[in-house]
Amino acid sequence: MRKITFSEATREAMAEEMEKYPEVFVMGEDLARQGGIFGQFKGLPDEFPGRVIDTPISETFIVGGGVGAALGGARPVVDMHFADFIGVCMDEVLNQMAKIRYMFGGQAKIPLVLRAPDGLAGGGAAQHSQSVESFFIHIPGIKVVAPSNPYDAKMVLKAAIECDDPVLYFENKVLYKETGEVPEKEDEVPYEIGKARVEREGKDVTIVSYSIGMKNARAAADQLAKDGIQAEVIDLITLSPWDKETVLNSVKKTHRLCLVSECVKQGGAMAEVAATVAEEALEYLDAPILRYGAPFTPIPFAPTLEKLYRVYPDDLVKGIKGVL
Amino acid sequence: MPEVTKEQARKFYETMCTIRCFEESVKKDFLNGEIPGFVHLYIGEEAIATGVCAALRKTDFVESTHRGHGHCIAKGADVNKMMAEIFGKIDGLCKGKGGSMHVADFSVGMLGANGVVGGGYNLATGAALASKMVLKNDNVSVVFFGDGASNRGTFHEAANVAAAWKLPVVFVNEMNCWASTTPYRTTTAVENISDRAHGYNMPGVIVDGQNVFEVYAAACEAVERARRGEGPTFIEAKTYRIEGHFVGDPEKYRKKEETMQIFHDTDPLTHFLGILPEGIEFTQAELDEILAAARAKVAAAKEYAVGCEYPDESEFYKDVYVD
Repeated sequence: MRKITFSEATREAMAEEMEKYPEVFVMGEDLARQGGIFGQFKGLPDEFPGRVIDTPISETFIVGGGVGAALGGARPVVDMHFADFIGVCMDEVLNQMAKIRYMFGGQAKIPLVLRAPDGLAGGGAAQHSQSVESFFIHIPGIKVVAPSNPYDAKMVLKAAIECDDPVLYFENKVLYKETGEVPEKEDEVPYEIGKARVEREGKDVTIVSYSIGMKNARAAADQLAKDGIQAEVIDLITLSPWDKETVLNSVKKTHRLCLVSECVKQGGAMAEVAATVAEEALEYLDAPILRYGAPFTPIPFAPTLEKLYRVYPDDLVKGIKGVL
Repeated sequence: MPEVTKEQARKFYETMCTIRCFEESVKKDFLNGEIPGFVHLYIGEEAIATGVCAALRKTDFVESTHRGHGHCIAKGADVNKMMAEIFGKIDGLCKGKGGSMHVADFSVGMLGANGVVGGGYNLATGAALASKMVLKNDNVSVVFFGDGASNRGTFHEAANVAAAWKLPVVFVNEMNCWASTTPYRTTTAVENISDRAHGYNMPGVIVDGQNVFEVYAAACEAVERARRGEGPTFIEAKTYRIEGHFVGDPEKYRKKEETMQIFHDTDPLTHFLGILPEGIEFTQAELDEILAAARAKVAAAKEYAVGCEYPDESEFYKDVYVD
């Protein structure tokens, strides 16, 4: 099967959706002339003249204008440059995008995708490295997705664009360059938002993650396998509404749970998974839930400190062995 | 000045009366404890919504404010369903899930009141972008906002984009002199908010917000300009907030007599006869009849609202998502 990068996969998804729906357009900073800060929009402006729009540095407009465009009948994709900047336009997400459908009694649809490149990228420091998804899983009315590989990147983005609800699409900056198998269009299997995937079956422990955290999950599972420990690895893909059933079923089988993400551990997306398992499947657990995430600090610049911010597969392996 | 017929003038007066009666009714019912939440009244400002919305088509969009009943009525919302919404009933425009601060009627292009002051600029500008740059139709978007909202940074981002891309937006500033309890000039350096329009290379005009004909004329020009693809206009309509910020506001920050004097001097209903364009005449009796009809219509709306049910549990989880 052909292999393409995560970035190219998102580009393909955009092109296919723009081809299919004339009401799809994309706007954000430096998309048309630069091709996106990570090259993820390259070529689209030539293919779709006038539908890739470079905005001023105006995040409240990018997101608020996207919501307005959706109300006006378009199907916008808006780009946040760096996920950190969603802070600038939090009202547009929290009080407009997420609330309009409900508070107007279902009169409106907001078929909007907010793309947000996130994560540590080496020296990005406090304002260009964060994983901010946890803020948004706390908000009813929006959906949150965070794919971990090129194929999912494409299919999840296509699903997000076709979704009539607002979707926050977190795309990890390190993953952009990674390659993976992506079938030709005719062999694609559509993604259904809200579904997790059991990526690897196992019986000894369930490891749950998403986005870049899946690298830790997979690497830990590989290492554990060498010692005869079979980890079941679940990629959540959608963080809200998340696939509780798949996780609970797995925990009922393996009786152990290990959660990992790159975002700050305190109040993080995995805290919700842990709490739910504790509420609904505590009796199936043979060991305390393990949870790995970033420490409770802003992200430091110096490589020596940034290194301490990261989670490593060894952390998971050590932890899991400790509860077996 | 666009030619106004007697029929149009009658319609203006009728809309203003409907808004006035609606607000008086809501005030009474809120104070009686029949309406939950909080409500913000548009009394004294009726000419602005009426004049602006009269210049719009049904397919044009309006982004409204927390003080939005007037905009909703003027854009053509069903008054019964609107009242039911304010009472929180299932037959309301938003099935009772929005209330006064989030009333909307998408069937007439009223894209909603907004509980966040200054929340509407970008939505209106985005809708205008969709119209002009994506869907290629000629819909125009209007955003209403007060002087308090004019100090939100969201205005800057929307106004800049609207002007840079010549989007079909009309910014209608209801300059009512009060941001909740704070007088306009204590927080703002410019005398006229429309002065700021020039900084965006967009025309800024000042109109007497108590004169529905003047508002209508300015709105027609702005809307036509927008529809021709020439970009946004800033209309500053001078008015005054006659009621407190919300119903029940003790208004300790100003003198009631002063407010009442302003109302007496500027009430767009009582001064209507004096501002009629040349060639149009109404008798006081004709106006009284229109007012009486509006009052009856609002009374019926209240009766309708009271008769509707509150939403039941089955509505609770509906409309969070489409899918």
